[in-house]
Amino acid sequence: MDLHHTANQPIGPFYHFALTPDNDAGIMAGPDAKGERVDLAIRLLDADGKPVTNGMIELWQASAAGIYNDPADPAFHGFGRLATDREGLCLFHTVKPGQVAGLNGKLQAPHINVSVYAPGLTKRVVARIYFADDPANDSDQVLGLAPEDRRQTMLARQTLEAGRWNFDLHLCGPCETVFFDI
Amino acid sequence: MQKSRLDPDNQPPYLYEPYHSTAKRAPRQPLIFLPHTLSERTGPIFADTLITEADRDLTRQGAGEPLGQRMIVEGRVVDEDGNPLPKTLVEVWQTNAAGRYRHELDDWPAPLDPNFNGCGRVLTDENGKYRFLTVKPGAYPWGNHPNAWRPAHIHFSLFGPSFVSRFITQMYFEGDPMLEYDPVFQCVPDRAKHRILAKFDLGLTEERFALGFRFDLVLRGPDATPSENGHEE
Ligand SMILES: [Fe+2]
Repeated sequence: MDLHHTANQPIGPFYHFALTPDNDAGIMAGPDAKGERVDLAIRLLDADGKPVTNGMIELWQASAAGIYNDPADPAFHGFGRLATDREGLCLFHTVKPGQVAGLNGKLQAPHINVSVYAPGLTKRVVARIYFADDPANDSDQVLGLAPEDRRQTMLARQTLEAGRWNFDLHLCGPCETVFFDI
Repeated sequence: MQKSRLDPDNQPPYLYEPYHSTAKRAPRQPLIFLPHTLSERTGPIFADTLITEADRDLTRQGAGEPLGQRMIVEGRVVDEDGNPLPKTLVEVWQTNAAGRYRHELDDWPAPLDPNFNGCGRVLTDENGKYRFLTVKPGAYPWGNHPNAWRPAHIHFSLFGPSFVSRFITQMYFEGDPMLEYDPVFQCVPDRAKHRILAKFDLGLTEERFALGFRFDLVLRGPDATPSENGHEE
């Protein structure tokens, strides 16, 4: 068998009925989940800053205790998935992740791993969402890999509404979000 | 040592001019090479209790049988070392035999089939094998350029064991004359095109029942950990 990684292809515009039939997969934290509640609104934008209305966003994150697939926190689901709406928006209900081990055993700042799919994206783009003003950000090694003037594209910002955070994800254009080669 | 994982000889570029919607969506800044941490090495686990037998038989989701050519699709999901990837969620979606999706925004005038939904899901078995029964999808027009048609295809979404292995592609049919004119298929480098073509397989074909097509998939895995690979820092 040919052991080369199979080629990626775009998701296409008509995936909703199969992958996001409802908004259930946007509720990652049940009532009994531990940790600080975060309602995370992600807006997906194109080169002109216009909303991408047929994208799909997936989140992957650790529990509040900083553990992926945390058996001690069964009401928390580390995986979330939503389609963007007519404004390019989707709203995840989750908790702030704890710190997980990073490179050389150092702890990483709290972050959420993001995959973005859309028609016109021949393969997913991968981003990370950090939380603005978290004291651990300054020493985070992955944030440190990004050019300093682009790091603010990786930060979700708290709004005046309690627990509500906003994150604009620019696929390209002057504010292009930092994407990773993983 | 940082080695790009982008593999431009085998993976499509983000920007591919003939596929027009890439122009306003393709990232232009260089991607940042990310050494793998727990965040990349872990991934969601899906329970088989969520998947029913009907999920992998797309011909049994309505009151009667859908129209079209009955077709078995089977394959193995492995990593780049050839290790089978068991318990991997495979999600598929497709048009009916006439080329129409059951989707509120698909409005081209081909008939819907009351007996066909066009989506399925299955977990790979202990050998990384998956199998589902469906009908052959049809071609459909799209707006990329005048008289543009998508060749018949089935969309595939797979998770694999980690965030790194997460993967979406489309499966086409070997010998389809429309492939040559489709910029979505053509954005894949020539040497990698055969890997997204399903092969007709007489061994999989069931007598007086359904044609068999084989479609194997290879997913990426995380880098070796430093302890497994002593010369890394
Ligand atoms: Fe399609």
